[in-house]
Amino acid sequence: MARTGFAALHPGQAMPKAGLPLLPMPEFQRAIAAGVGRGLRVSALFGHCPAPGAPVELFAVLNDSARAILRGARSVLAADDFPSLTRECPQVHLFEREIAEQYGVTPRGHPWLKPVRFHASYRDLAPGSPAGADADAPAQALLPALEGQAAPGAGTHGAGPLIGVTDFYRVEGEEVHEVAVGPVHAGVIEPGHFRFQCHGEEVLHLEISLGYQHRGVERMLIGGPDKRGIPAIETLAGDTTIGHATAYCQALEALGEGRVPGRAEVLRGVALELERLANHTGDLGALAGDVGFLPTSSYCGRLRGDFLNLSALLCGSRFGRGLVRPGGVAFDVDDARRDQLLTRLAATYRDVQSAVNLLWESASVQARFEGTGRVQPEVALSLGLVGPAARACGIDYDVRSQFPSGIFRFAQVPISTWTTGDVFARAYVRWLEIQRSVLFIQEQMKALPEGPVRTAVGAARPDHVVVTLVEGWRGEICHVAVTDDSGRLARYKVVDPSFHNWMGLALALRNQQISDFPLCNKSFNLSYCGHDL
Amino acid sequence: MINVLLARLRQGHRTIRFPTDKPNVPDRLRGRPVIDPAKCPPDCRVCADVCPTDAITLDSKGLRLDLGRCLFCTECVQACPQDAIRFTTDHRLATRAREDLVMGEGELKLAQALDEKAKRLFGHSLKLRQVSAGGCNACEADINVLSTVVFDLGRFGIQFVASPRHADGLLITGPVTRNMDFALRETYAAVPAPKLVIAVGACAIAGGPYIHQPEVRNGAASCLPVDLFIPGCPPHPLTILDGLLRLLGRIESRPA
Ligand code: SF4
Repeated sequence: MARTGFAALHPGQAMPKAGLPLLPMPEFQRAIAAGVGRGLRVSALFGHCPAPGAPVELFAVLNDSARAILRGARSVLAADDFPSLTRECPQVHLFEREIAEQYGVTPRGHPWLKPVRFHASYRDLAPGSPAGADADAPAQALLPALEGQAAPGAGTHGAGPLIGVTDFYRVEGEEVHEVAVGPVHAGVIEPGHFRFQCHGEEVLHLEISLGYQHRGVERMLIGGPDKRGIPAIETLAGDTTIGHATAYCQALEALGEGRVPGRAEVLRGVALELERLANHTGDLGALAGDVGFLPTSSYCGRLRGDFLNLSALLCGSRFGRGLVRPGGVAFDVDDARRDQLLTRLAATYRDVQSAVNLLWESASVQARFEGTGRVQPEVALSLGLVGPAARACGIDYDVRSQFPSGIFRFAQVPISTWTTGDVFARAYVRWLEIQRSVLFIQEQMKALPEGPVRTAVGAARPDHVVVTLVEGWRGEICHVAVTDDSGRLARYKVVDPSFHNWMGLALALRNQQISDFPLCNKSFNLSYCGHDL
Repeated sequence: MINVLLARLRQGHRTIRFPTDKPNVPDRLRGRPVIDPAKCPPDCRVCADVCPTDAITLDSKGLRLDLGRCLFCTECVQACPQDAIRFTTDHRLATRAREDLVMGEGELKLAQALDEKAKRLFGHSLKLRQVSAGGCNACEADINVLSTVVFDLGRFGIQFVASPRHADGLLITGPVTRNMDFALRETYAAVPAPKLVIAVGACAIAGGPYIHQPEVRNGAASCLPVDLFIPGCPPHPLTILDGLLRLLGRIESRPA
């Protein structure tokens, strides 16, 4: 791709940072726009401030899934603003907002420049700066006291803005009304704020405003890898513990030239698929509940727990906490445990079949699923949606297939797609994936290679960069690690699939009944904390 | 329709007989730890050094482990050359006082029931409003699980409600991010008195993996009075249920 100056990148392979071309900003942006125009997707686009006061560096990772290759480059901002690319290339909209918020720079001409997570700029908190180095520094230095008045500069990035204090998109007109929901919702669920512009029952526009879950994960990882790294990664989106922990460990293994034993690769893959099974099953149950179909809702609630218990069988934690560690996994299985896993998996799967097939046989369920919350394929492409939400629009992309790592290099999982882009499609893709994950686990556990489950990983190489990709149950998880000249993490970027997909949910709601929001929301089931970090 | 009935037959009866029967827990469950300070060589600090949340203190009083901070990650167990720390599968962990979570050699002082007056009010009908204030969706998921047929929380008269105005208390997860601080306090204010506060999970007790991050407030007790602490990352559903039932006086302290 000499034409655009981006270099080829292989997920899971570290390269010297200097090997990542440093392009002038206009060329960097042109290449992104041209790449996206040709069908590439932006997997990551983020800022980095190497030292306090230093100019902000931008990194881009483009995903050429058709050729199974990533393309990367970086650029240095000469000034505190740059022309926004969002109008030309909508899928960078949230990345640009994130860069603006984290580094106090302005993408000029961005059509909707607002805070993403409502925190102060990280710019002055680069490694080495007093507040960055001292975790106990009074928090007021970083964030304004809540008791204070709303900062007039919400939306600007000097002081930290007050959460939720910002302009929302409004539709005006006779009988148009606004419905505001959250951050505290009705159910046992994470917080977020939703603003609906409605005409009667019909939603004309939905704006989703998040940031309530912001815990400063990326900032916390700077200066690592250290003992706080893994727990932060395992909890940044706690229902995707295995997915994120695998991406993180692969990054450290690439940087430290570690090798993961085959047996550990299988156990990681099995744990990843168990995570998918539990969440997909739970979501199918919740979808049934949202249309008032109680049998499946009640059975799947229990069955989801049975899959979680299989993760607990592996490692004691229903969420796989403590299982994936740099160099492999922390728990081995003997034959008896493996047999128990297979027996219980088969029994649970039989019950899942009986529970889920009721959905497809019930006309009343189908009538509610079909045609609800439709996302057009061109919208999905232009937003860069990932995971089941994208595959439900016929987009043929699954990290396990195009960028396989670990055991997925040897055991391909077919891509599950559907074409209608509605709630039905998002539900049905989950069902297809459940079937294939069960098969995968059965095959893999029966052919578990002998040997150790963990090896030592060396120190991270200085001035290197690595990208890792994992297909979490919500879709593409992308981590990018950049080390400094002493091998510490200078920047650790996490892109949870939800970061790409929240806008997909907002658009799915257009011209839908507001009463269908729970159903549409569940069909995506996105992560608040994975987005807020 | 016939298939719905057949499925109903096939799925069977799934509610566990908790607390009457001894519950079935995973054999690798990391429950209540047991520490044996007598095994500690002088000046050894390896466990404290590897602990991601500084849950372990070593001083003149010997080795102590703060279950409120503990993530049950077992790094300390793996690092200890003397096997001075191990985790049992005992799921019972909840306490009424924060300091009761700091374990030494002895037994854990499990949660006592509410006083008689409060028990009369809440003992047979406890409505809780759950607030996630930075929770990672693992605690939330295992709270949701309590409402499934397996645990069937409703049979104990405990229920999660949508409005804080209908609630007898809050059940809080997450380290209380600064961005949720205001919403949490407002929700608390909306609950009519007398009201209970229950902190579920390491984050809500002490900040969890995010302890001392400037973006969070190190847990619910930093801004509200907490009546029940349920440790874990996340706590097993049985740990949560056990804590709730102890609070209501529905499980008496008795040997495992
Ligand atoms: S198990 Fe608990 S005490 Fe031990 S290292 Fe982990 S967090 Fe610290």
